[in-house]
Amino acid sequence: MNINAIREQFPILHQEINGHPLVYLDSAASSQKPRSVIDAVRNYYELDHANVHRGVHSLGSRATDAYEGAREKVARFINAPSPEQIVFTRGTTTALNLVASSYAREVCREGDEIVITPMEHHSNLIPWQQVAKATGATLKYIPLQPDGTIDLADAESVITPKTKVVSMTYVSNVLGIMNPIKAITEIAHRNGAIMVVDGAQSTPHLKIDVQELDIDFYAFSGHKMCGPTGIGALYGRMELLQNMEPIEFGGEMIDFVELYESTWKDVPYRFEGGTPIIAGAVGLGAAIDFLEEIGMDAIEEHVKHLAVYASEVLSSIDGLTIYGPKKERAGLVTFNLEDVHPHDVATVLDTKGIAIRAGHHCCQPLMRWLNVSATARASFYIYNTTDEIDQLADALIQTKEFFGYGIE
Amino acid sequence: MELNDLYRRVIMDHYKNPRNRGELEDESVSVQLNNPTCGDRISLQLQVENGVVTNARFTGEGCSISMSSASMMTEAVKGRTFEEALSLAERFSSLMQGEEVEFDELEDIEALSGVNKFPARIKCATLAWNALKKGIEPQKH
Repeated sequence: MNINAIREQFPILHQEINGHPLVYLDSAASSQKPRSVIDAVRNYYELDHANVHRGVHSLGSRATDAYEGAREKVARFINAPSPEQIVFTRGTTTALNLVASSYAREVCREGDEIVITPMEHHSNLIPWQQVAKATGATLKYIPLQPDGTIDLADAESVITPKTKVVSMTYVSNVLGIMNPIKAITEIAHRNGAIMVVDGAQSTPHLKIDVQELDIDFYAFSGHKMCGPTGIGALYGRMELLQNMEPIEFGGEMIDFVELYESTWKDVPYRFEGGTPIIAGAVGLGAAIDFLEEIGMDAIEEHVKHLAVYASEVLSSIDGLTIYGPKKERAGLVTFNLEDVHPHDVATVLDTKGIAIRAGHHCCQPLMRWLNVSATARASFYIYNTTDEIDQLADALIQTKEFFGYGIE
Repeated sequence: MELNDLYRRVIMDHYKNPRNRGELEDESVSVQLNNPTCGDRISLQLQVENGVVTNARFTGEGCSISMSSASMMTEAVKGRTFEEALSLAERFSSLMQGEEVEFDELEDIEALSGVNKFPARIKCATLAWNALKKGIEPQKH
């Protein structure tokens, strides 16, 4: 993997922030975009744009081909059996809410169980709280081990024949943990539950095969994997999607409309009411082309290498605590510097051109489990280098000195 | 952007040695406020008599800016009428918008003027003042 050649393709990286070359270490929040994605969106608007699925004219056909072509790319990218099993959504949040509102609210009854974990992002937690409140189902948590990982024996005891839905993130956006999705799915299925996976952090870094994982729903966002904001996808098992009612009604999703009754289009169109996110889908398709050209195996290896390197370099800084397991970590390092609040850390780093995330990372229950109010997080992607991690470490040492002795 | 504009010595002093940190035993007003985007939170307690803030204390978790601002705010409002306290809060908002505001004998507060150059941090500085407004406004009637 030629990192310099890859970096060349990201126009945004070649700028100074506060007088320093930008070091962008916040890709877990949102990745940057290669020129090919930016060009694909621009070319679509400059050459092919019209509304989809309705125009008889040539532009309408080209736009429809571009949109449906993107759906085929997404299906192939995660090895879905057919493009019809890909519903385009605004992102992971919308995708998970679709499963919660359309599937789980219909299926769950009082006394049933929904099982998640304390490490979930709010987008894979609050939808289930709402389903539990609306249906009388019980929300249960698989507890975390001291290092934040999940013990399969705990999963075995929390998931029961009353469980209707198990929902879990593949990769934690705070701890960098990769959850044993295949094994959990086997437990869920053995108990008659479906398995929903939040793929927001895994899809950018890992080769995903939804059939091999045997999961029932998989949700992810385009903007964390070099695609545009405002586009994501939900993969679903066909027989589940076919039995789900739409939650948004209007144009584009209907079959016949009578004065008092209407019928819906087939899956996936019944879930895509209104003019869809055509340019976003085109951009996501271009992002998939870009990632596949580099190769998902190479990306996984590079990003893991950076995370392990960062974990080693940062742990040598006195007074710095790293959260999550020591080895295996996917693409990020979450930490705190003793006696310096993460906001202050992020502000000092920003004055040196280094962008990291500080706060609760949309994981308030996990912050409470870690017994912190907030943390700092550096996250990595294909365009990051070990040199940037060295700069991060130097800047953190300076931050510590600045807060420890700098102000008198 | 210069770090020293933001982290002035007086701010770090209030951060490391916060004034009025703790809880009142006989508070008349108690307010909790958090900043949902970052997790900072403050619990503010006021003792009020005849329209005057006679005592103020706070507990909370947050960055140097939010905690030093809380420390300064609790110092500033003691002995103030509700109107005076709310007027201070308004002037603090103006300070955060980059306006020239003088706080006379409360000059510590002016040290926070540098926050204005760090837009992402303004809500850290205003958290305690928003808690003050939330606590006093219902008392005015």
